[in-house]
Amino acid sequence: MDFNDTPEQAKFRAKCREWLEANAELKENKSSGHTDSTLEDHLKVAKAWQQKKYEAGWAMLHWPKEYGGIEASPIERIIWGQEEAKFNVPGGIFEIGLGMCGPVMMQYATEDQKDRYLAPMAEGKEIWCQLFSEPAAGSDVAGLRSKAERDGDDWIINGQKVWTSGAHYSDFGILVVRHDPNLAKHKGLTFFFVDMKSPGITVKPIKQITGQAGTGAGFNEVYFDDVRIPDSQRLGEIGDGWKVAITTLMNERLAVGDARGSDIEEALILSKTKDDAGEAMIKNDSVREKLADWFCEANGLKYTKFRTISALSKGESPGPEASITKIVSANKLQEIGNFGIDSDDMAGMLIDENDGISSFQGAWLGAPGLRIAGGTDEILRNIIAERVLGLPQDPRADKGLAFKDIPTKA
Amino acid sequence: MNLDFSDDQKFLQDEAKKFFDKEGGLANARAVMDNSLEGDEKLWQKIIELGWTGVRIPEAYDGLGLGHLELCVIAEELGRSLAPVPFSSSVYFFTEAIIKFANEEIKSELLPKLVSGDTVGTYGIAEDTHQATESNLSVTSTSEKISGIKIAVPDAGIASHMILVVKSESGTDLRLVDLNDTSVTVTPQKNLDTSRAFFKVEFKDTPSRLLGETGKGWTYIQHLLDQAAVLFAFEQVGGSQAALDMAKAYSMERFAFGRQIGSYQAIKHKLADMYIAVTLAKSNCYYGAWALSSESAELPLAAATARVSATKAFQLCSKENIQTHGGNGFTWEYDCHLFYKRSKVLSVLLGSEATWKEKLVSNLEKTNTLAKG
Repeated sequence: MDFNDTPEQAKFRAKCREWLEANAELKENKSSGHTDSTLEDHLKVAKAWQQKKYEAGWAMLHWPKEYGGIEASPIERIIWGQEEAKFNVPGGIFEIGLGMCGPVMMQYATEDQKDRYLAPMAEGKEIWCQLFSEPAAGSDVAGLRSKAERDGDDWIINGQKVWTSGAHYSDFGILVVRHDPNLAKHKGLTFFFVDMKSPGITVKPIKQITGQAGTGAGFNEVYFDDVRIPDSQRLGEIGDGWKVAITTLMNERLAVGDARGSDIEEALILSKTKDDAGEAMIKNDSVREKLADWFCEANGLKYTKFRTISALSKGESPGPEASITKIVSANKLQEIGNFGIDSDDMAGMLIDENDGISSFQGAWLGAPGLRIAGGTDEILRNIIAERVLGLPQDPRADKGLAFKDIPTKA
Repeated sequence: MNLDFSDDQKFLQDEAKKFFDKEGGLANARAVMDNSLEGDEKLWQKIIELGWTGVRIPEAYDGLGLGHLELCVIAEELGRSLAPVPFSSSVYFFTEAIIKFANEEIKSELLPKLVSGDTVGTYGIAEDTHQATESNLSVTSTSEKISGIKIAVPDAGIASHMILVVKSESGTDLRLVDLNDTSVTVTPQKNLDTSRAFFKVEFKDTPSRLLGETGKGWTYIQHLLDQAAVLFAFEQVGGSQAALDMAKAYSMERFAFGRQIGSYQAIKHKLADMYIAVTLAKSNCYYGAWALSSESAELPLAAATARVSATKAFQLCSKENIQTHGGNGFTWEYDCHLFYKRSKVLSVLLGSEATWKEKLVSNLEKTNTLAKG
């Protein structure tokens, strides 16, 4: 047992590091990230960074060589990610395109389409988003109701998508819609890609409980009113929409990992430094108990990740252990945020006039979203139970019914 | 990055699993429970024949000369099968104490016999119904002779020797005694898990030998406790996984309201939470195994983390396994109570969850920074 790179991994890490040092600035401390005053600025900086990475061959490591990637192994992607995270560079804009939309285009688009779209996606010239969730279809995303009706060589799309990250600055999107409500739920779906500038598309930022809307990579509602999509932009066969969507959703669950934000480290520093009626908070037994519990969780997740990386490092496929990550980290984030706020006593509720929301307040406000995004706690428990432990599926009230006959209200 | 056991260690684990299954699995613990035997001596003999009592003993003393990681994989399987043998007392504690702190004379005398099974060792810490501390010990050593009472001593019925921490002229000592000495009285103590035997051991001017330096007994026992905590945590993970597997199997075969109970989310989410707890505990155990095998300065923190995490996991899995089984889970006939009782014994055996949480946080207090994953 050791935590060292193999000689090949060390060589690859050194190569990443060398290029990053020549092209970016190291973060001053662990928590400082890249911040820009406006969305426009952030996009500009992010696009320039993506372009730079593309030219040097770092933009889409895992892509096949024929599309400009280097077919990097999972462990090489992890090493790149670890090294890039140490530098003050923008992120959060291209992950959906490169991680989900790119691979689905490679698998289902025509050669001409791949030539046209993949390079600009990788270069950061065009941004992509993913249009799956709907107001009435969250956890049960296959219950989506946006309609696609055939009209000659086109399809006419009507309906609404929701929780679309980055729709407000995206150039293209991947979209799953219902072409036939007379078929069963999963059978009546078809998959497309769409130009987000198409007539009839309206993007409205969602105001979240954090008060944020349309800032950074925020969420949106996307309305489709008689939007025309040529049949040539269909990905997969008519009726294969669910199969195509599942591939990209698997990628999303991998992408949504650790909840970022206040963790045991911050709680520990606070407990050691903050005064609580004459002595440091850490001298309080109830604080000690919480710290012990959070450390067991944080440390358990850290070494769970190391076990996964170890398997990848040996070229083995990792076990299902990573499936616990989001559920544990999002709940821990919520508790630690709560703890940090409480530590200020009555002032905990106040927002600092100069510094704004504190990191603990941000964790507490953001954590409810993390417990929902990319699979709710409840859906993730179902997934662990059904896919990891092999328990039977719930009986489904919509089984065998045509979509139009599925009950939607009492 | 290689946070994993080697192929040889995985092979050993697989052999251990097959061995315990072949020898009867949980039936051994049940037989001891039903018949109030002092451990399963046949199973213990076979373990000795496999050489596992000598895993960590150097080849010069007839042992296998392997490392702690080999003990970790055996411990997990021992925990899974709830084997009613004095392995933990003799191997995790006694043998380690002799290897680490005994002089050459004692090593030559005892280590080969620990391999052959002629010597079985155990340890004594507790004296009363509260946590033993450096300052509240009452068992005392005067001119090499000790007097006083240790309680909840595991396996003293089969053990020939014992190490114990005692009060001495220079503070505390770690001392070795021969339990066959006529001045020692060993009395069985009833306990919640009758598949394991515990004893009151009374000393009256009992001859003893010092291990290591005088005055360092408390430091030594803390180190032995840290080491043992990692190995016991592997036992706890093995037991947790077995309880989860049992709950899972039952939830697939039991029907209620016309469907498998495992298809209800109430059961699914319960089992998912058990899986989460076991996974966290297992990963913390790997951290502990790394710290133990590499003699890292992080051992006290790693051991406490593995210990707390594994204690929580085994207690959760064993109690929710009973719950999943409904009324059947409360019967003597079903094996659920075996896990429940073992989980309780293991959770207090080295000191309570609260004690280890306190150790964990004391270690966090000493660290200035934590490495982020």
